[in-house]
Amino acid sequence: MLDWQFSLLLLSNGVLIGLMYALIALGFVLVYKATDAINFAQGEFVMIAGFVVVAFLLSYKAPLWLSVVCGLAAMIAFGFGLERAVLRKLIGRPVIAVVMATIGLAAVLRGIGPLTWGADTKNLALPISDEPFVLGPLFIPPIQIVGAVVSLAFLAGFGWFFLKSRKGIAMRAVADSQQVAMAMGINVERYFALAWAMTGVVSALGGVVWGSLLGVDVHLALVGFKVFPVVILGGLDSIPGAIVGGLIVGIVENVAAGYVDPYVGGGTKDFAPYVLMILALMIRPYGIFGKRIIERI
Amino acid sequence: MIHRECGVLKTTYEADMALYPLPIAKWTVAALAVFFFVVLPLSVHEYYLSVVNLCSIAIIGALGLNILVGYTGQISVGHGAFMSVGAYTAANFAVRLGAPWPVNLLAGGLMAAAVGAVVGMPSLRIKGLYLAIATLAGQLIIEWTINHVTFISGGVQASIEVPRPEIFGYRIASQVQMYFFLLVFVVLALVGTMNLMRSRIGRAFIAIRDHDIAAELIGINIFRYKLLAFAVSSFYAGVAGVLYTYYLGVANYEQFQINVSIDYLAMIIIGGLGSVQGSVFGAIFVTLLPIVIRYAMEAFGGLFFSEASVLNIIPNLRLILFGALIIVFLVVEPEGLNRLWRNIRSYFRVWPFAY
Repeated sequence: MLDWQFSLLLLSNGVLIGLMYALIALGFVLVYKATDAINFAQGEFVMIAGFVVVAFLLSYKAPLWLSVVCGLAAMIAFGFGLERAVLRKLIGRPVIAVVMATIGLAAVLRGIGPLTWGADTKNLALPISDEPFVLGPLFIPPIQIVGAVVSLAFLAGFGWFFLKSRKGIAMRAVADSQQVAMAMGINVERYFALAWAMTGVVSALGGVVWGSLLGVDVHLALVGFKVFPVVILGGLDSIPGAIVGGLIVGIVENVAAGYVDPYVGGGTKDFAPYVLMILALMIRPYGIFGKRIIERI
Repeated sequence: MIHRECGVLKTTYEADMALYPLPIAKWTVAALAVFFFVVLPLSVHEYYLSVVNLCSIAIIGALGLNILVGYTGQISVGHGAFMSVGAYTAANFAVRLGAPWPVNLLAGGLMAAAVGAVVGMPSLRIKGLYLAIATLAGQLIIEWTINHVTFISGGVQASIEVPRPEIFGYRIASQVQMYFFLLVFVVLALVGTMNLMRSRIGRAFIAIRDHDIAAELIGINIFRYKLLAFAVSSFYAGVAGVLYTYYLGVANYEQFQINVSIDYLAMIIIGGLGSVQGSVFGAIFVTLLPIVIRYAMEAFGGLFFSEASVLNIIPNLRLILFGALIIVFLVVEPEGLNRLWRNIRSYFRVWPFAY
């Protein structure tokens, strides 16, 4: 293969994967934006959603659309329940408390998934062909296109939600200042719950898309590790930041894997985004689009 | 520790800072020393001693992490990586140079301290969540480096066998010998932490945790003390890593992955942040949890589940209980087991009277 074709292939792959990262990062950003809570269990959310959808699909032989709807419903309920049972009690506590609570939650979910549905990798088949599209030198698997389209649709949807809808504006008010929002008659706790439920929705879709790409098992949760570079690069509370960060991470990891892997024997994919993230933390910790609230100490 | 004081009657700072709060505490410490140095190793089976040894290593690591997280208030998700730095440094010293164990131990600890200080460098500019993510990156990058740089990891398996430590020509091979070997370091770590925390440095750490800007205003050099906290904490981690390597006889990066960092965080949260006793309680608790679960499931799991599903249940149940305990402690008892212990003590302080 020609050199520029190889580069182009890596690039296109990076863009599509990056958009799929953006979808998961969106779940993280939504929660952070509204509640200032950091979700270290984002990957596990995606995993558990994948498990639920696959369970409906394979065990109960439900059609795909019903399975996805059930997955969405389950994740919304889960989001509400989680906020009520755990995170509401941690409001006002130090950052480490929320971080550790979500890390604990991640452990619980990683145990519950395989315990309930078995440890084997399950195939989440979407009704699309495996044949890649051939665009000149590019080979594009359809599933990645589906993922990218879903991501873009969601990002646009949430963009509209936050800019135009009443609930979205209320949520921005809550994020800006909880006290003022309360004084304006906004039920802050309800919007916290809503934010977690929205993360549930995003995670459910992420579970379907990533689950069909990678197969559903406990390793699906590892996708969550990519969320941090994405959100740090893009800005923790920015929806466009999630897209841009996702694209950067997707491209960097693919290009790095393509050119560096042969020399070091693999694993660059997981390593490069974090190096990039460290650099970003040193130079611009609030990210490309993030609010500049980081305090110097 | 376990005494019933009848009130706070201290009139000087010296009395408040004393290592032994009451004269009787010396006798308690002596009794504990007799128990741990004589009674326990003579009375307990080899297998249980190996479990105790695991607890010892965990106590050292947990003390280190508590210095950083509990006392200084800097979050770190990279403790496991610092342990691996110590472990591989010591293993390389032992194999390449044939150095004796004290040199390896010190080298491992110091190297971990240096790496820890570098990873802690961003703490100058960022804190809280950002620091958590930065240390997470540190964990993943160190893990990757050790795994991929063959000079460090010694080949494809990324594991190095280390010879058993020798003291005056006396090889430490059995669990009993290992027990005494480790116990010395546990005592050193405990006394070291307690002394550090009642010294100028320890109080600076606590001041930074409680309010960093106020601490800076009263003349504490925040950057230096934060780096010092990272270095001390990583030194403990490195020593724990070296000891674990000696315990296993092999340095292997799989023993120091991200889940180990999370285990250690769980230890200090379940045990109690900012407390020496809490670190000990938490380390013992988290180390024993999987062992107890395995025993319980092997003994009683067969009554409810088939044999194959028991094998599936054990590791998953461990994860679920472990995570649930973290959440429950955070929500219900943020000060951990140490607080529960204090509650029990204060209940019995005036027992059997109501007040």
